[in-house]
Amino acid sequence: MTSAFLLFSRNRLALAGGILLSLVVLLVLAAPILPLTDPDVTNTANRYLPPLSEGALLGTDHLGRDLLSRLLWGTRLSLAVGFAAAAIAATIGAAIGVVAGFYGGRLDNVIMRGVDMLMAFPYILLALAIVAALGPGLLNALIAVAAVNVPFFARNIRGITVGLAHKEFVDAARLSGLSRPQIILTEILPNVLPIIVIAMSTTIGWMILETAGLSFLGLGSQPPQADLGSMLGEARAALISHPHTSVVPGVMILIIVMSINLLGDGIRDALDPRLKSGALSRPMAATRVRRQAPAPEPSLEGILTVEGLETEFHVGPRKLRAVGGVSLSVKPGECLGIIGESGSGKSVTALSVTGLVASPPGVITGGAVRYRGDDLIGAPYEHLRAVRGREIAYIFQDPLATLHPLYRVGDQLVEAIQAHQKIGTEEARGKAVELLRDVRIPNPERRISDYPHEMSGGMRQRVGIAMALANDPEVIIADEPTTALDVTVQAQILSLLDDLRRSRDLAIIFITHDFGVVAQLCDRVAVMYAGKVVEEGPTKAVLAAPRHPYTARLIACVPELGGGRRRLEAIPGLPPAVDRLPEGCAFAERCNKARSACREGHIPLAQKGDRAVRCLFPEESPAREAAE
Amino acid sequence: MGGYILRRLLSAVPVLLGITVIVFLIMALIPGDPATAILGSYATPENVARINRELGLDAPLWRQYLIWLGNMLQGDFGQSFALNRPVLDEVLERFGATLILAGTAFVLCALLGVIAGTISAANQYGWADKAITFAVLLGISIPSFFLGMMMILLFAVRLRWFPVSGMWPIYGARDAAALISHLAMPALALAVVATGVIARLSRSALLEVLRQDFIRTARAKGVHERSVIWRHALRAAMVSILPVLGIQAGFVLSGAVYIEIVFQWPGIGRMLVDAILRRDILLVQGGVIVVAACYVFFNIIVDVAQSLLDPRIRT
Repeated sequence: MTSAFLLFSRNRLALAGGILLSLVVLLVLAAPILPLTDPDVTNTANRYLPPLSEGALLGTDHLGRDLLSRLLWGTRLSLAVGFAAAAIAATIGAAIGVVAGFYGGRLDNVIMRGVDMLMAFPYILLALAIVAALGPGLLNALIAVAAVNVPFFARNIRGITVGLAHKEFVDAARLSGLSRPQIILTEILPNVLPIIVIAMSTTIGWMILETAGLSFLGLGSQPPQADLGSMLGEARAALISHPHTSVVPGVMILIIVMSINLLGDGIRDALDPRLKSGALSRPMAATRVRRQAPAPEPSLEGILTVEGLETEFHVGPRKLRAVGGVSLSVKPGECLGIIGESGSGKSVTALSVTGLVASPPGVITGGAVRYRGDDLIGAPYEHLRAVRGREIAYIFQDPLATLHPLYRVGDQLVEAIQAHQKIGTEEARGKAVELLRDVRIPNPERRISDYPHEMSGGMRQRVGIAMALANDPEVIIADEPTTALDVTVQAQILSLLDDLRRSRDLAIIFITHDFGVVAQLCDRVAVMYAGKVVEEGPTKAVLAAPRHPYTARLIACVPELGGGRRRLEAIPGLPPAVDRLPEGCAFAERCNKARSACREGHIPLAQKGDRAVRCLFPEESPAREAAE
Repeated sequence: MGGYILRRLLSAVPVLLGITVIVFLIMALIPGDPATAILGSYATPENVARINRELGLDAPLWRQYLIWLGNMLQGDFGQSFALNRPVLDEVLERFGATLILAGTAFVLCALLGVIAGTISAANQYGWADKAITFAVLLGISIPSFFLGMMMILLFAVRLRWFPVSGMWPIYGARDAAALISHLAMPALALAVVATGVIARLSRSALLEVLRQDFIRTARAKGVHERSVIWRHALRAAMVSILPVLGIQAGFVLSGAVYIEIVFQWPGIGRMLVDAILRRDILLVQGGVIVVAACYVFFNIIVDVAQSLLDPRIRT
């Protein structure tokens, strides 16, 4: 809702800019038919009349010329020159860019070298040199401003063209026998045109400023002809005695350039699809909480309990329900596995625990997360921060992306330690070395000054684990920590985690989509589907006799070494979209045992001993036979 | 590291040569011939031919270029006919004043721009973000010369906080305090546009970085949000902000031309405009080349800073 409003407000600003600019353009277009005095007629008897004088609405200048009339005619000239310069620069620049980008090779090389050379000049030097060569005058100023901006367009358009030149539709055009100029005209040009328009809309204001600047310096329009810049230049001599002669043209430039900038931003935003999805929003320090109902009473036991957690993504008018009432718990020394396909809500559940779901768009809409009995949902930021890393630590999937690329791993470890412990940097560094040793990194004294990109994937993940251990947390949430690693490294990391759990009595929540990993490490497992837990129980029991058809199919998907010629069964279809969850069982569409009752009403998670299943017709016999 | 700097310095050589070629060609395009200009009413065909021979203007263009380049490498940029003094002396003297002005403005716009952009991104859609966005829009839309004139009216004429123009007081000590009071307004007026551009870019660079996984890691560690923004996010964002600082340095240097005119600052921009209006071509040439060379070296510094910031590009 708010993001839609914000987009609207941005467009409203663009609209305001557009209206303002249209007004100015209409006014100056109408200048010839308006009842204005001749802008060049001097009347020395009426010099420097103040604004609102009789017969001179905006006053007169140092030669007694009517300022309003000069303003409108000057604006006309400035706008015309600015637009012409932009059009010329865009046309020539785009032509150079398209040719360089499309033909590539040596031609591209030579052209781009030249462009770089021109860009090595501060723009005004080039403009001044051109005006110096051609002599002062408005036309020469126009040429200079256009020439100075050609490299900008050439470089932008070349970049886009290089990307297009190898697209399938261009190859197809080549194969159909079109000549290169034909391909440029029919295939490339239509695709770069919007980019040219965006580039023009964002630079045109700048070009008007540059032209006005040259005229201001006396290098542009020559008297008696005047554009806004030269009006300002002439008025400067009387700045202190008669400021209105400077203010009038100056404010006009400001109005024009500002309205063009507003409009240009609007055009760019409208054509930039990332803005619509809210992808450029910044995630806040903690996930937003909008609980619809009070937190549920505590009912589960464990050091960390999740009860009825609901997390949604609000994208424009759509509400994606990523987590729809998940309850979990974990005890010290216990490892709980959460398993499910991608998009089943397992990572979002894990991130919701300490409010790390990116927000916007994430919103926690219900439930409770209790650590040692304290609810973390909606807890003040300082409380959350004290828990993060200190009590509950995370290990993430891809350590190359999750470690800061520009800090040495040692500094990142020291920071993690100092975030919660008031100790000196030297002492923290010693601890960091110990941590690296604990996660079995050879030569930790040296490795501590490595950057993440200098390490192998397995070593990086060990650093990730060391960072999680930095403050001796009680709970570790590992979000697919081994997915990006190869199998042997994966086994090492798993055994490391298992050792750490036993030696430190850690509670671990281990998220994965791999039953093999769950079997190795986890005491209990919860199976998630479409944002809900569909089955939970001791790992061995669930593996041996899955009760939910989805669990059964998931286990059947795991290939077994030496399993012979067993047919692997993929699960047909896809998980449902989380903004259009069906009534009843979300798996019904893909389930070969589904009956009409499955599609009606809420199906509760039925507890039976240490097992729980969300199914009206759970599997009775061991699933392995069913899969065969 | 040393190797990287050396490589970067060597790569500047062709760029500098290219700049001299461009400047030479533009100046060679000038209509009318210098001999006639020098001789004035004494321009008989014989005299013109003699002067052309003396000046080497009868040689082919490439030889003229090489001679010109050779002279420049020996520090001989020729003689300004309007000022009647060596071009290099005049250029260096004026360029010093410009460096003080543009350097101060650059430090101002880099600091203010990055800080404003970071605050803006950290409070996206909040009131601080809206206020900064509006200020930035004003800043990039106002012509710096108009802004400078309005500042003179308000701060120098009305409030009398600062002197109206110039670099030094006409009477009185030429000390740091005098320089700062003369420098304050022009430096600020010069910095405004670039501050706006840098703030805008910093904001979007930070928004981009704040979505990255390593920011979530920092938060998961329990790092305070202040450090998340100002240490983790800003450092990563600087990788894309730094090149823009390099480009903006060129714009500050360019804008100095207007500001020097408005505030009567005795810098190289004013010298260039005067030289163009007087058609003092050698002075224009010398000024353009010295400023462009300085700009090229500044960009090398930016590149080196970039490699210090980002260990991934050093190798």
